[in-house]
Amino acid sequence: MEHTTETHADHPSIGTFLAVWLALVVLTAMLVIASQVSHDLAVAAMLTLTPLKAGLVLYYFMHLKYEGVLLKAMVFVAIATLLVFIGFLFFDIGFTW
Amino acid sequence: MDTPMTDAQAHAPSEHRDDLGAKVGMWLFLFTELILFGGLFILYSAYRSMHAHAFEDAGKLLDVPLGVTNTVVLLTSSLTVVLAIAYMQRGDRRKATAFLLATIGLALTFLVIKTIEWSAKFEHGIFPGSPHLLEKGPGETLFFGLYFLMTGLHGLHVIIGGILLTVMLWWVVKGKTTQDNYVYLENAGLYWHLVDVIWIFLLPLFYLAA
Repeated sequence: MEHTTETHADHPSIGTFLAVWLALVVLTAMLVIASQVSHDLAVAAMLTLTPLKAGLVLYYFMHLKYEGVLLKAMVFVAIATLLVFIGFLFFDIGFTW
Repeated sequence: MDTPMTDAQAHAPSEHRDDLGAKVGMWLFLFTELILFGGLFILYSAYRSMHAHAFEDAGKLLDVPLGVTNTVVLLTSSLTVVLAIAYMQRGDRRKATAFLLATIGLALTFLVIKTIEWSAKFEHGIFPGSPHLLEKGPGETLFFGLYFLMTGLHGLHVIIGGILLTVMLWWVVKGKTTQDNYVYLENAGLYWHLVDVIWIFLLPLFYLAA
């Protein structure tokens, strides 16, 4: 009765998690360095490295990589909804000021 | 769950458990958190576009080394909780316990650093509604209003997460969480990672805003 067959077979390795942690620390260092160099670089780093870091946490640490299509789709819809609202805001600001 | 049962009953096919359902439920809750903090990020962006210079000036007053240190503390705590789950899956209770203890320790470290930071701000007369801030103008007041609201709300999540992880530790030690039944531990881990994800966005918005 235990669902040993599918769930216990493909555990992510400890090494994967360590590599992801290292990547997160390196990306944080890059973000901090970029923010000290110039304003434009800081904004560019903020808009690229920050979502990348969040993505790494969601995909590996929060196990999305190993989940089925249902959970993946749910997370996609939730994040897409938030992005639509953020998009509306930028349109609004762009046309108001 | 823990009512007296014989071993045969506990493992009988009638036992009702839905791990996927439990996880879907947790994710649905996390979406409400995402929208809660997302709304605040939208508020931040709108005010920042109205008071760009004041936000940059106010950002200079925040302690970058402390903010970055706390980022590394939270990232590491995310690693330790994921390792606790990984070792639970492999049936290594001792290592799972050790990594949960480490995670709780890192959560406390984060809160201690946060307290030092907030105390320093209070000493310099920076707190919501302080005369010093009102003097500086609406932009700085909004920046620090959002700073205290968002890092405060995040700090509250760290406290709740720390309590959850302590319960999880207790369950692992007691044997309620096992190699074959660890969905609560997984869900607590999901909550903890979300706290980490939110901080990932708070760092550049506030500490690196200058």
